[in-house]
Amino acid sequence: MPLELKNLYDDFRDGRTLKAYARIIADDAAKLDRSINIMEVCGGHTHSIMKFGLPQLMPDNINFIHGPGCPVCIMPKERIDHAYVLAMQQDVILVTLGDMIKVPGSRGSLQDARSRGADVRFVYSPMECIKIAEQNPQKKVVYFAIGFETTTPMTAVLLEQVIKKRIPNIFFHINHVTVPEVMKELIDSRDVHVDSYNNNIDAFLGPSHVSVISGAKIYEKFPKDYGRPVVVSGFEPVDVMQGIAMIVRQFVEKRSELEIQYKRAVTYDGNLNSQRLINTYFDKVSLFRWRGLGNVPESGLKLKNEFAQYDAEVLFKDVLPIAEIEDHKLCICGDILRGMAKPTECTIFGTACKPSSPVGSCMVSSEGACAAYYKYGNLIL
Amino acid sequence: MTKNINIAHGNGGEENNDLIRSIFYKHFENDILAKSEDAAVIENGKLAFTTDSFTVSPLFFPGGDIGKLAVCGTCNDLAMMGAKPKYLTCSVIIEEGFSSYELEKIVRSMKKELELNGAMVVSGDTKVVPKGSVDKLFINTTGIGEIEYGGISAHALKEGASILVSRDVGSHGAAIFAAREGIELETSLKTDCASLYPEVRALMDAGIDIAAMRDATRGGVAAVLNEWAKSSDVCIEIEEEKIPVQEEVKGICEMLGFEAVNLANEGTFVLAVAGSDKERALEVLQKTHTSSTIIGTVTDLHRGRVILNSSWGTKRFLDLPSGELLPRIC
Repeated sequence: MPLELKNLYDDFRDGRTLKAYARIIADDAAKLDRSINIMEVCGGHTHSIMKFGLPQLMPDNINFIHGPGCPVCIMPKERIDHAYVLAMQQDVILVTLGDMIKVPGSRGSLQDARSRGADVRFVYSPMECIKIAEQNPQKKVVYFAIGFETTTPMTAVLLEQVIKKRIPNIFFHINHVTVPEVMKELIDSRDVHVDSYNNNIDAFLGPSHVSVISGAKIYEKFPKDYGRPVVVSGFEPVDVMQGIAMIVRQFVEKRSELEIQYKRAVTYDGNLNSQRLINTYFDKVSLFRWRGLGNVPESGLKLKNEFAQYDAEVLFKDVLPIAEIEDHKLCICGDILRGMAKPTECTIFGTACKPSSPVGSCMVSSEGACAAYYKYGNLIL
Repeated sequence: MTKNINIAHGNGGEENNDLIRSIFYKHFENDILAKSEDAAVIENGKLAFTTDSFTVSPLFFPGGDIGKLAVCGTCNDLAMMGAKPKYLTCSVIIEEGFSSYELEKIVRSMKKELELNGAMVVSGDTKVVPKGSVDKLFINTTGIGEIEYGGISAHALKEGASILVSRDVGSHGAAIFAAREGIELETSLKTDCASLYPEVRALMDAGIDIAAMRDATRGGVAAVLNEWAKSSDVCIEIEEEKIPVQEEVKGICEMLGFEAVNLANEGTFVLAVAGSDKERALEVLQKTHTSSTIIGTVTDLHRGRVILNSSWGTKRFLDLPSGELLPRIC
């Protein structure tokens, strides 16, 4: 029987399997004399957890903390302003991925820029930039690259092709960020602006797609050095429930280990070719500012100096704004991302701050915790 | 209302409602408009009256074209009010340089669809504008229908009523999205674009007690259900696994991060019927589409909201779609 697309999700949403995992988790959780707060780092997990109503299947002492792993949510306003300013340049076509065009910076969103005459396009694959550049030789195509380890290799491949084919009019604005660094930041504050994060994270659910690229190895230090178990898990509800069951079992057996739930595609080492590509073109930046969290050391990527001629931040240096822009004072996204508050504890949740007019990072994309709470109403129902 | 109007204001969801309320309803205010039904009911309930503009890109897509869409869209709005489509107007705005061969092809497919509805175009207008002023071709149609079944309304849902969909959902939106530039997807998926009057006629002939009908166009099934829940101040509970979705539509949704219930349809309608008539209504609908299904009931659990029940015992809101439909990033 050939493998069909539905084989990739149908069985992983099976009601009976989900209920069975709920029982396993409840039985194990009953053996613990404490609560466990599990952070799902990735916005894709948050989305899955809320969409499939998984908090409703958890016993009282197992809680989810919704992490910062949504590349759109964590983009600081000044960088969105970069995209806006670039898009408004007469000779620029700004290309980016999906959700990014909705997020408002201080001057508006890319959608707003488009309604003011800018040429903004969203693509499913960055390789589309080549076609756009060929069709518009008189324009500069700026690829506003966003995403974690998952989308970085695609950007690298695009750059590789641009160099190989000598395409003169594609440039890159790089906003790629990395997962382990921000996880480390969340449990081990090093930002001078914050004394202590006083976080409540007991364990991590690691995103599988990141590890398909980078391997499970990137999380090794968390169980070993910080005593936080990590289970690298898939995104379907059965995957998430099995991942949670594996974490709870570790607590019952007093273990702190790195485990892989998503064995379908994740190995310890990951995709070495992709890692090589990333290392060829990118360097770590010393600080990347995360919306809601502040500066996180070595958590972002930039083009290596030898590729500066392709770097839109270099090329358009004179027009790009540099001032940092803070979020509204009432926004508590920082606390939500550290697991110290739930979206519903925010005074502007669902009133001044909604998906159609987001105030803070967690509401801007459908993968943010606040947006997921608003949309699906888990625990509010 | 934001200072500039953007694409999201035409999404059939939250922003769209905001635009209509804050500008159009404010100035055009009257009792008929305020009902905000698919078609206005005028002349003491005798006639239904509606208008719709069509701007789809690409103009030709698997299973239809802008012409078929322009007739189906307006005739379906009439049919959804229990009316037989009778007279239509046809207004076209053509971009300079457009192919007359293609234009005729489009008009021919309009004629074919008019015949299916037993309706005719009795007045029209053409404008040609300089290149770049419109995207190839825009069509507006306005229609008048004779009401054969009165009292159908988004305000008429009562507890105990059953909710059905006339066929599997989301194929138009998915087919159009797959055919768009920038999304390199190959699929054999076709739009559901079709005239609904024949199905409505069959329901009326069978004597089904109909409370409300609406074709799930922009904003999809989710938008219809939310509007009904609000208009009738009831809760609509839907069994998620009962919603019929073709495998290919599911696949596209999975890849791009969409939900089939938010995708547009052009020949799929949602209906609310008396609970006692649900099986008979299903029987009638299944003669046209075997995928027709009873998907939920009207309750009082959370008034004004739509709730999805999963097969594993969890509940969640099904919200009005908001923003522009965009693929998720990772």
